[in-house]
Amino acid sequence: MSAPAEEKTASGSRGSEPPVPDGAITVTVKIRRFNPEFDDEPRWDTFEVPALPSDRVLNLLHYLKWYVDGTLTFRRSCAHGICGSDAMRINGVNRLACKVLLKDLLAGGGKATTITIEPIKGLPVHKDLLVDMEPFFEAYRAVKPYLISYGNEPTRERIQSAADRERFDDTTKCILCAACTTSCPVYWTEGSYFGPAAIVNAHRFIFDSRDEAAEERLDILNDVDGVWRCRTTFNCTDACPRGIQVTKAIQEVKRALLFKRT
Amino acid sequence: MQFHKYDVIIVGAGGAGMRAAIESGQRARTAVLTKLYPTRSHTGAAQGGMCAALANVEEDNWEWHTFDTIKGGDYLVDQDAAEIMAKEAIDAVLDLEKMGLPFNRTPEGKIDQRRFGGHTRNHGEAAVRRACYAADRTGHMILQTLYQNCVKHGIEFFNEFYVLDILLSDTPDGQVCTGAVAYELATGEIHVFQAKSVVFATGGFGKVFKTTSNAHTLTGDGMGIVFRKGLPLEDMEFYQFHPTGLAGLGILLTEGARGEGAILRNASGERFMERYAPTIKDLAPRDIVARSMALEVLEGRGAGPNKDYVLLDCTHLGAEVLETKLPDITEFARTYLAVDPVKEPVPVYPTAHYAMGGIPTNVHGEVLRDNDNVIPGLYAAGECACVSVHGANRLGTNSLLDINVFGRRAGIAAAEYASTHEFVEIPENPTRVVEEQIALALSEHGHERVADIRTELQASMDANASVYRTEDTLKQALHDVQALKERYSRIQVQDKGKRFNTDLLEAVELGFLLELAEVLVVGALARKESRGGHAREDYPSRDDTNFMRHSMYYKQGDELTSDIRLDYKPVTFTRYQPMERKY
Repeated sequence: MSAPAEEKTASGSRGSEPPVPDGAITVTVKIRRFNPEFDDEPRWDTFEVPALPSDRVLNLLHYLKWYVDGTLTFRRSCAHGICGSDAMRINGVNRLACKVLLKDLLAGGGKATTITIEPIKGLPVHKDLLVDMEPFFEAYRAVKPYLISYGNEPTRERIQSAADRERFDDTTKCILCAACTTSCPVYWTEGSYFGPAAIVNAHRFIFDSRDEAAEERLDILNDVDGVWRCRTTFNCTDACPRGIQVTKAIQEVKRALLFKRT
Repeated sequence: MQFHKYDVIIVGAGGAGMRAAIESGQRARTAVLTKLYPTRSHTGAAQGGMCAALANVEEDNWEWHTFDTIKGGDYLVDQDAAEIMAKEAIDAVLDLEKMGLPFNRTPEGKIDQRRFGGHTRNHGEAAVRRACYAADRTGHMILQTLYQNCVKHGIEFFNEFYVLDILLSDTPDGQVCTGAVAYELATGEIHVFQAKSVVFATGGFGKVFKTTSNAHTLTGDGMGIVFRKGLPLEDMEFYQFHPTGLAGLGILLTEGARGEGAILRNASGERFMERYAPTIKDLAPRDIVARSMALEVLEGRGAGPNKDYVLLDCTHLGAEVLETKLPDITEFARTYLAVDPVKEPVPVYPTAHYAMGGIPTNVHGEVLRDNDNVIPGLYAAGECACVSVHGANRLGTNSLLDINVFGRRAGIAAAEYASTHEFVEIPENPTRVVEEQIALALSEHGHERVADIRTELQASMDANASVYRTEDTLKQALHDVQALKERYSRIQVQDKGKRFNTDLLEAVELGFLLELAEVLVVGALARKESRGGHAREDYPSRDDTNFMRHSMYYKQGDELTSDIRLDYKPVTFTRYQPMERKY
């Protein structure tokens, strides 16, 4: 195992010293590393990182990538919680690295603390914190996540009351980050389960008054790998960076199925 | 090397790319190549709305929208293009609704509309409700809706394929575009895509600045690729600074907040926009508001311990409006600044936001090789393109409109071109440029850190080429950029692997940033006037005699440090004569 904390000094010879902002404290960051190109198995690397309490966890990762170890690999883009690239397991819970501030992770009184960062669970790891998103998007695509309507198109917009629009508002917020799906214990053990995000995106259309394919989607979700797998653990609701009531949405889909049967 | 053949390839999967793909995919064999997963694109960060004169809540028409766009762009807008955009805006919004976009609704169930900067009733009388919106995540809804419809139409995506070169083949009739070369992030493999037409929809380059609303991935790759091929870029000195970025962070707070009634105040609580734009005040166009904010700070009226920002006051809007119409920005302020907009004003300062300039195209999205001719088979749309509908300053919401109107047009034009033309042979050794580029970056040839060069570039651009510019600051920026380019020739990439080498990716991206920063600065130095988003303290007035013209830049030579040839292109006028710009 390498000792990256040592290497930091050595890497200083590449250029100027890495920037350390005034008021920075030192935190210990433990990161789950794995590059199948070179490694036989995953390992933990531990780094000391100077950071401000107002820093996002993403800032810490960038510090490491830019000044300590360029091979550290993760996805990120917008850096403010809207693109859904950087879902990861931070101190054991799924979060977006750009939406968790260091101060929220510091133990009481700002004492030195250790932050552990792992890839989200249940999807194959490609490299370090970067996972294969294809199975996730496959489940998403399987629920027909698009408006389906039959008959002639209206010349103007379809009319939808504010109340009907409100009915599915919560599930339109989804950014497909996979934080919910990969926080689900059922998904960890049975990857064939559609998972919360796919159900959320089915919900978004099932409860849209303009859509005419609720039945089709309910049939899909009535499958053995559909909504009935949900054990209402609420991990998904806790994990959602957009504040979507994921478990509630899943329950609403279940209820729609029950109602349909009677 | 792997080889692929499609009628149409689209590079980029943001709003413009996916809107193009939906059209092209139904007409021709189409593939989308994208550096990011489609739903990660920065279209998703757009908040406030998309303007169209639907007249759902008050009288409006597309001619007023056209006029506002042209005046907002300080008369550097090509008026024929602005007219097309404003006319087609109505169908663009209705098309999105039919695709499933969940717009907010009026009490009658129609698409609701709200006010936005620079959009007015009857040529400037008062602010008009023109922006169709979905809370403050309109861009998110557009991106999701377009992706959903790509899924519906079975559009083929190559995700995390980083296009690094286009193929231009010589024919008896001149150069034509015959494909693109991509680096697959997952494997490090190089792929050649032969195509009859190629659409660039690669977005902006906001990462040349430090304080920016742009994503880390917005590094101007598409503009840089085209520029390196000797094709022109247009109007690059016109860069928009959005007035309301979260102070110190640059995270966007929508202009829709002011559309809903929020007010900008200085340290003493004064509504200072009343002095700068007496008629529409806080809803003046972005260039004017950004300059006013900068002046308040420069003249000592800034708020906060360092008097270096102003305040966006939403407190009178009430919790309900904030939670229902502006929930995301309310959360951003709470999360990142620990400020609750319901209870206290939010510290804001201008943030680098949008490139008005880019790859010059005509109204069909065809890329220009010079003022009069196109490169057959090459198209561009969205922020990477310059039609020019934004001129010297883009109006709020017109970018979401631009990507839908001109993304659609480019998709249709590219597919029609493909259906009426045969494949042209690709050049010999198509992967040479990309292979050399990657090999050089990975080779050991120096110890310069990519992050150091990028950080210094961004600091210099913020200090010298942002809201206000002078000859001296721009010369400093040019000096800095050129010195950084020299250092860039000695960068070190630590990761030598093939698998998801994002270290290499960042190094390549920095090359594009340096290239485009230089074009921006060279253009800003040459334009000795103030117009729209380009404000020269040493030339404070608009100079229609000498500068009522687009800038065109051509790269001379193959090296990173090479001369830039500057040329000009006339502005297209239809019915609006330039006037003094007052609000």
